[in-house]
Amino acid sequence: MSLLKVKDLHAAVDGHEILKGVDLTINTGEVHSIMGPNGSGKSTLAQVLARRETYTVTRGEILFNGKDLLKLKPEEAACEGIFLAFQYPVEIPGIGNAYFLRSAMNAMRKYRGEDELDAMDFLPLFRERVKLLEMDDALMSRSVNEGFSGGEKKRNEILQMAMLEPKLAILDETDSGLDIDALKVVASGVNAMRGPERSMLVVTHYQRLLDYIVPDFVHVLIDGRIVRTGGPELALELEEKGYGSTETETRQALPV
Amino acid sequence: MSTNVDTIRDLAEQEYKWGFVTEIDEDRVPKGLSEETVRLISARKGEPEFMLEWRLKSLRHWTSLERAKGEPKWANITYRPIDYQDITYYSAPRQKLSLDSLESLDPELLRTYEKLGISLQEQKRLAGVAVDAVFDSVSVATTFKEKLADMGVIFCSFSEAVQKHPDLVKKYLGTVVPYTDNFFASLNAAVFTDGSFVYVPKGVRCPLELSTYFRINAAETGQFERTLIIADDDSYVSYLEGCTAPIRDQNQLHAAVVELVALDNAQIKYSTVQNWYPGDKEGRGGIYNFVTKRGKCQGRNSKISWTQVETGSAITWKYPSCILQGDNSVGEFYSVALTNNRQQADTGTKMIHIGRNTRSTIVSKGISAGHGQNTYRGLVKIMKGATGARNYTQCDSLLIGDQCGAHTFPYIDVRNSTARMEHEASTSKIGENQLFYLRQRGLTSEDAVSMIVNGFCKRVFRELPMEFAVEAQKLLGVSLEGSVG
Repeated sequence: MSLLKVKDLHAAVDGHEILKGVDLTINTGEVHSIMGPNGSGKSTLAQVLARRETYTVTRGEILFNGKDLLKLKPEEAACEGIFLAFQYPVEIPGIGNAYFLRSAMNAMRKYRGEDELDAMDFLPLFRERVKLLEMDDALMSRSVNEGFSGGEKKRNEILQMAMLEPKLAILDETDSGLDIDALKVVASGVNAMRGPERSMLVVTHYQRLLDYIVPDFVHVLIDGRIVRTGGPELALELEEKGYGSTETETRQALPV
Repeated sequence: MSTNVDTIRDLAEQEYKWGFVTEIDEDRVPKGLSEETVRLISARKGEPEFMLEWRLKSLRHWTSLERAKGEPKWANITYRPIDYQDITYYSAPRQKLSLDSLESLDPELLRTYEKLGISLQEQKRLAGVAVDAVFDSVSVATTFKEKLADMGVIFCSFSEAVQKHPDLVKKYLGTVVPYTDNFFASLNAAVFTDGSFVYVPKGVRCPLELSTYFRINAAETGQFERTLIIADDDSYVSYLEGCTAPIRDQNQLHAAVVELVALDNAQIKYSTVQNWYPGDKEGRGGIYNFVTKRGKCQGRNSKISWTQVETGSAITWKYPSCILQGDNSVGEFYSVALTNNRQQADTGTKMIHIGRNTRSTIVSKGISAGHGQNTYRGLVKIMKGATGARNYTQCDSLLIGDQCGAHTFPYIDVRNSTARMEHEASTSKIGENQLFYLRQRGLTSEDAVSMIVNGFCKRVFRELPMEFAVEAQKLLGVSLEGSVG
């Protein structure tokens, strides 16, 4: 069953059209990867799916779990089950990591009409997930992302994902700035979250991450359009030949 | 954030929820200020001769100031001229003022305080907090008096202190803030009507938080209260004050004076949550909060700590300060000042280091939203004899939106080369990226702003007594409603 259905999506920022007709369907339980060169619109697609209001959708539609996603505010999209792991997570001085996560969980539970979690219910779950991500306990009592290294910030994003248990997790260049050890930890955290109930969209520039998070489908996004779709082997091909070949093929394939 | 416009407008139009008026019969003196007014106030209160004389001296000084140059002009605030002859200087609920039992209190007054969340009824009182309730010009009730008296702690209205403890009043009144101190302090000294008085005897650690709840009710009156707290050798006291007022189109003047005296090894912790009516969105009405607060660390190893959360008032002009006279004495100032809509605040502190090894800490957090203007003004002065003095100052401003302003005027005056001074400052703006991050985690934009602001203020909230910290956080949330657009 399709969880996300994107049809002919056009989106602009500051009057510049970046997405120029994206079609994408993700079924429940599938892991998709979006690859593409810098400036092709990968991050824009991720932000639009998370309903960032600085991006204007000029045409097309998005159905998420049967609902019109474009009618939702960012917090509503989040509560409906869309999670975005940020490329550049922000710092929130003075707000403890655990407190922040519990507030987020409770905002979502409230939206769904569930009871809020108190600290006693929250802590065991939190500790377990912290362990999974091999995170330092000391970081958890610190302010959100404040003074975290690049790798710690990314792991913290995955920790949030693990706690919030979204229907669709979008990882926006989660591999950027990670050394190989951190990459493995992040990937194993993500893999632990894979399951028949959860879909993922892994946005990345390099094939490297896909050695550890093996996707069901790979899409190549160039100049605001998905130009090729294939299995995991497509990522390997791109690694070998570069995006240049795809661009050439595309140009040849499309009537000018 | 166009999709939020509707909710934001709704929230912005929510009213100041403490803005109701109590219908009560008032005893007021005619408008205007003259020697006659002062004599009338003093007579209404049945004051001894020394008080009347002090008031009259103050009035003469104030009159000369008014003729010479008027109000202080250096603050970063603007307002229409105040007509001092158009103010009522004394207004009291008409009732029998024997405050021995709550039964004699007008039920309308009890209901007012209930509505404000302050119960004066025995059975419902907050555990661990003794309350003095000041309504317009007079104190209407003080709770837990007997319990405190058993330990020798005096906690009563200023009027009562003048009657029952004239020696203490005479000894300390005006020793920290003299009647010549400044324009508003002189005015207060001439016409002040009530306030709280605290004396903690030697070696006593006051077991309750002492709290005064100020309420302005009557229209076109000024509120001039005066608080005096004396902590004798080796004693400790924590004092809280809260303030609210009804919604009125006219500006009202509140010119209070607070004096603190800490003797050897004594500690005074003074916390304020100020929520006077701030005026409406266009800046109509609201309280002019022109207040002089100062503490003197007179004894060795004494400590005075000011914590303030200033969210209300159309204009705030206040600098809770410490005179660090005793060797090894410590002064602290923790402040959150928020200006939204058309509010203006010019606030900060003065730390005057006189004794040896005196230390001071200043943490100021200014938040500006809407068209609010927020100024931090501070002075750290190290006198010649203050060998080994230290100061740490942290001064942060947070901007919400692009119509507001943050200003800082930190003065440092060092006359002893052994002093160690640290100063940190920052200005930041709540960014779209921060808000989006929090909203992506399921928080509404209002909750997101409130979380960022609370995080920003955490260092100060930590200094507040527990119940006050919770109240202050909620208050910030309410005061910021409608600020994200």
